[in-house]
Amino acid sequence: MSLSLSTADWLALLTHFATLSLLAVGGAITTVPEMHRFLVTDQRWLTDPQFSSSIALAQAAPGPNVLFVALMGWNVGQNAGGYGFAALGMAVAMTGILVPSTLLTYSAARWSHRNRELRAVRAFKQGMAPLVIALLMATGYLLCVAHDDPRSDWGLWLVTAVSAVLVWRTRIHLLWLLGAGAALGALGWV
Amino acid sequence: MIEAATAPSTLQHRGPGSLTELFWAFTWLALQGFGGVLAVVQRELVERRQWLTLEEFVDEWAVAQILPGPNVVNLSLMLGGRYFGVRGAFAAMAGMLLFPLCVVLLLAVAFAGVADLAAAQGALRGMGAVAAGLITATGLRLLPALRGNTMGPVVCWIAAGATFIAVAMWRFPLAWVLLGLGGPSCLWAWYRLGTASARQQGRPSP
Repeated sequence: MSLSLSTADWLALLTHFATLSLLAVGGAITTVPEMHRFLVTDQRWLTDPQFSSSIALAQAAPGPNVLFVALMGWNVGQNAGGYGFAALGMAVAMTGILVPSTLLTYSAARWSHRNRELRAVRAFKQGMAPLVIALLMATGYLLCVAHDDPRSDWGLWLVTAVSAVLVWRTRIHLLWLLGAGAALGALGWV
Repeated sequence: MIEAATAPSTLQHRGPGSLTELFWAFTWLALQGFGGVLAVVQRELVERRQWLTLEEFVDEWAVAQILPGPNVVNLSLMLGGRYFGVRGAFAAMAGMLLFPLCVVLLLAVAFAGVADLAAAQGALRGMGAVAAGLITATGLRLLPALRGNTMGPVVCWIAAGATFIAVAMWRFPLAWVLLGLGGPSCLWAWYRLGTASARQQGRPSP
């Protein structure tokens, strides 16, 4: 796939991610359907396999999940020709997705920390606490049941359950668990 | 500047000593975070380094999760900003992103060669299953932070249970859940905080 992108196209890429940055309540991953519509369906800057492998690789790699956006920018650039453009695409995509939300978060955090004794601020944090804890468990559950065939996927569910209990109840190092998961998967046992 | 937390605490929590320490701490925990960094953040910063208490962590996480943008990046810049202002926010965020970005690019280039191998796909699948467990466990480990919650245990359990069902079972969009359940929950907390302080003021001082 080879593209020729004009300056206007690069700007469109930047503004697309910058808009999504402020809509991404619950993480950048929540805006994936919108990115797919723009990058794959409308603009045809990425192929479907490039789009999905960007997400899968960033999930598997260490670091924040938002790096899938960097890979999308990288792949758009590569389609436009070579590593130089790939680096540009990555920089444009990451700038877009990070700058608006960063500015907002920093100001909001400063404000809420300065006013942390205000009844409204305390009520917000206390009121949201059970929700955000439940959201973590819901995320784990959803990731687990993404594999939804009980006959072939019971092994994966077992791995999820065992690692959840081990991390909850013991101080075992997380890298051991991830290594074990990778080994079980590579050997074809799960 | 955001000054360090001054709330009285029985345990003295120390923060990072320098911007460099902050940067490397976040680099190190980001590089351990396969399939999500939050589990590692909680382990490293609350349990191992003790830069903040479990309750403070939940407070910060509530704000980071509700604001738009990548959650753990938000969390890193909030925590960095708490200790060293703007420079701290940048140091923590750079630590969270810089090296992981290099790793993910190397992986993308390398994976292009082996993407079709069954073993490579299997390893990804196995690590994904572990990562799902890690996120669940992080939620479980944060539960004790609800003990001192002003809303009381029953309301906390109802709010948490309803959130789980709405998001995990019924797949409601997050924004609806935050408004529909978070709104009433915050209002209840606001009411309880009011009655608690009224009770304190009504009591004759010892």
